[in-house]
Amino acid sequence: MTDKQEHEGDPEQGMPTAGRKPAPVENEADEVTQLLGGGRPAPAGTDPGESTRLLSSRPVPAASDPGEATRLLSSRPVPASDPGEATQLLSSRPVPAASDPGEATQLLGGGDDGPTVETSRRALLEPKTVDLDGPTRRLSMSSPDPVTAPGSADGTAPAVGAADPAAPVDSAPSEAVTPELVRKEEPPPNPPSKVGAGFLRLLGKRPASPAGLLILVLLALFGFTLVVQLRNNDGADGLASARQEDLVRILSDLEARDSRLQSEISALETSQRQLTSGVAGRQAALAEAEKRADELGLLAGTVAGRGPGLRIVINGVKASAILNTVQELRGAGGEVMQIAGAENKAVRIVASSYFVDAEGGGVIVDGQRLTGPYTMTVIGVPQVMQTALQIPGGVVASVNSGGGSVTLEQRTLVEVTAVRDATTLQYARPAS
Amino acid sequence: MIAVLALIAGVALGIWFHPTVPPELAPYLPIAVVAALDAVFGGVRAKLDGIFDDKQFVVSFISNVLVAALIVYLGDQLGVGTQLSTGVVVVLGVRIFGNVAAIRRHLFRA
Repeated sequence: MTDKQEHEGDPEQGMPTAGRKPAPVENEADEVTQLLGGGRPAPAGTDPGESTRLLSSRPVPAASDPGEATRLLSSRPVPASDPGEATQLLSSRPVPAASDPGEATQLLGGGDDGPTVETSRRALLEPKTVDLDGPTRRLSMSSPDPVTAPGSADGTAPAVGAADPAAPVDSAPSEAVTPELVRKEEPPPNPPSKVGAGFLRLLGKRPASPAGLLILVLLALFGFTLVVQLRNNDGADGLASARQEDLVRILSDLEARDSRLQSEISALETSQRQLTSGVAGRQAALAEAEKRADELGLLAGTVAGRGPGLRIVINGVKASAILNTVQELRGAGGEVMQIAGAENKAVRIVASSYFVDAEGGGVIVDGQRLTGPYTMTVIGVPQVMQTALQIPGGVVASVNSGGGSVTLEQRTLVEVTAVRDATTLQYARPAS
Repeated sequence: MIAVLALIAGVALGIWFHPTVPPELAPYLPIAVVAALDAVFGGVRAKLDGIFDDKQFVVSFISNVLVAALIVYLGDQLGVGTQLSTGVVVVLGVRIFGNVAAIRRHLFRA
């Protein structure tokens, strides 16, 4: 928005471009200058009082040297830069023209050779003549330094000299613009005016001025920098281009985050340890319980067992001899026992087992009828149990004396495979 | 038209060469780019308004960039570089929005 203000602030800066763009004005300018050259004598003839001064201020070369006047005519494209200022001057200062219409019309009408051109372009000529009137009047009123005007008597200079007096009053055309315009429009004087106008139009679009070239360079630089910055920002994560305080802030953020995460880690580790110890305790308890259950199962006869022990084969005995053997084995540390008959039916011997002589031979063990020879398998310390059975007057001796036979066999591994169904206690409950 | 071509040429050069930004210039480059963007939009707007002037565009472009970089540099020296660059970006953003709005009104009459 300030750009707009800037641009609008000094329209004089904008005007030259605006004035430069419509090249056709050059033609008119030519005409105007032609009119200037041609129309100048007219006021001189009609109004000697003011116009002589006008003449003296401006067309000194024309008055002094006609040849130079023609040169001035041919090289008028230089003042062709003036139309912009001229119209601007006209637009900014219509009052003097309006205030003095009599002179303007007189000047218009008084132009003897002017009308031939004037008929064709009256609309344009009118302002020009008025404009001519304006500056000249001002020139005449504000004591136009006649030193500069005659001093620059080489034809082209008068045009600039004529524009210059307007400058202090209007403060419009900067000196920088005018020479540039002069330089820019100097090429076309050689070709005819129409071709020159076309060339000028082409030239106007092409940025031949240093400012235009600078604009192109700046725009290219802008695109270049834009892409570089985009790439630069795209590639890294921006840390390389961050300034120090940002880096410090990022670092402190990271450190705070790090400490927060560390505390979180330690809390999680504690919790994990607790859970692990809980799991371990539970596992230990479970293992203990399983071991206990196994032991109890072995004692109750609901679980098959294995281990070192004895294998005893007894033949030709009664139930009482078997009961003696079992009790002797228990006394010697036998833990798990079973007894099998000739049919290889095994019965687990537990605390509640009973042995009854069956009718017609054989023994009933816990409701099962077994016939000899009986094979007993017992888990315990083999030497101790064998010694216990073989003591004098013991089981082996009594069986042998009773007509039976006992065979003892120590084994490092015997298996008790017979099991009993678990009994459900109806009345007894643990005391604790 | 030639200006657009120049812009495209600059972009192509940037892509082609792919230079690395020196670290001491790194904080100022984005600000300078935003300032230049503002100047370019201002120039487009002036062109549409018919009051475009070469010299003024060049001067405003360069001064925009320099002033923006200078402000950021000053902020860095004073220890408020981040805040000041944010302020510059905000101001330039407001200007860009204004210019773009004017351009939009010119182009779409709305």
